[in-house]
Amino acid sequence: MIDQALPAAVPVRAGAATWRDYVDLLKPRVMSLVVLTAVTGLVCARTPMNPVLAFVAILCITLGAGGSAALNMGYDGDIDALMRRTRGRAVPAGRIQRSDAMGLGIALSLFSVVIMGLAINVLSAALLAFTIFFYSVVYTRWLKRRTVQNIVIGGLAGALPPLVGWAAASGTLPANAWLLVAIIFVWTPPHFWALSLYTSEDYAKAGVPMMPVVKGAASTRRQILLYSLVLIPLCIAPAFTGLGGVAYLIASAGGGVVFLVLAVRLAASQAGEKTGERTRDGALYDVKAASKSARNLFAFSILYLFLIFGVLLGEHVLGAAPLALLR
Amino acid sequence: MSDPNYDDPAAAKARRGRNILLALSLVAFVVIVFVITLVKKSGG
Repeated sequence: MIDQALPAAVPVRAGAATWRDYVDLLKPRVMSLVVLTAVTGLVCARTPMNPVLAFVAILCITLGAGGSAALNMGYDGDIDALMRRTRGRAVPAGRIQRSDAMGLGIALSLFSVVIMGLAINVLSAALLAFTIFFYSVVYTRWLKRRTVQNIVIGGLAGALPPLVGWAAASGTLPANAWLLVAIIFVWTPPHFWALSLYTSEDYAKAGVPMMPVVKGAASTRRQILLYSLVLIPLCIAPAFTGLGGVAYLIASAGGGVVFLVLAVRLAASQAGEKTGERTRDGALYDVKAASKSARNLFAFSILYLFLIFGVLLGEHVLGAAPLALLR
Repeated sequence: MSDPNYDDPAAAKARRGRNILLALSLVAFVVIVFVITLVKKSGG
């Protein structure tokens, strides 16, 4: 559910599929965030683990994410063809058959869950299987095309990797692990709605009921602000639950202030409104001036999540957490 | 082969790349299972 970082213009390329097309089917940029959050969960569990098995656990989570992405791309090939952001992908462009994408997705999903269960533990394998099911079936098939709350509920799939990582290391699911899940879960709506504010025409064309399409841009901007107000305290919370240290407190609070400023600016803007302003022909992500505040928040939201999980991970690797002075 | 593009150089190059990726994936799979087995047998 975590969307890709700001994508570049992708021309539609026909012809035979290359190995790169199959790698792209796994959404490698999304996988990078999954890896970071899963590793953070695994390290924060503070349970001694054989390094080889730790690597296998992260590999399984990564391939599970890739498998569910391939299932998503296979199923959504029809609507991806209607949207500028996604029409260059291998399935809508015709380089890979939908059935082949789904076959790859199923194979990777089975591999990741089975190896996780055999090599690590049943709890983490079950959680991984649930995550894949939730993304590829609950979100992709049931929610995405039916409800305006699609990415809110579906965001749970993208939020679970740190919990899977934690379970892989310790076999337990303590409150701090769920706190990491809550952070990503609440982060997803402002992140994704900021993107959909300046791509809503595409979503409308494809019949996907994203928030700006159904409720309008003004309502979406308001809800982004509300979610942001909940998100920032949540992001700071690990500093006071024994999870984060001083560096984490500074990063989450400092970045949180920037996040809120961008959300307030977005709320006060005309982002997503039909202004009559046109983008240049052929410029895939030439965002209208009125919507630049949405693009800014979208870009910063990715940076912010990388920042707080990166700092949390760094603190635990260096042994600098928890924040003993403030507890 | 019924694929009219089978002998097309670009298609052949793409196919070769896919085959190499598949071969590497299979080798990686074997190595992973082997290493996991070693670790498990040694009590890791």
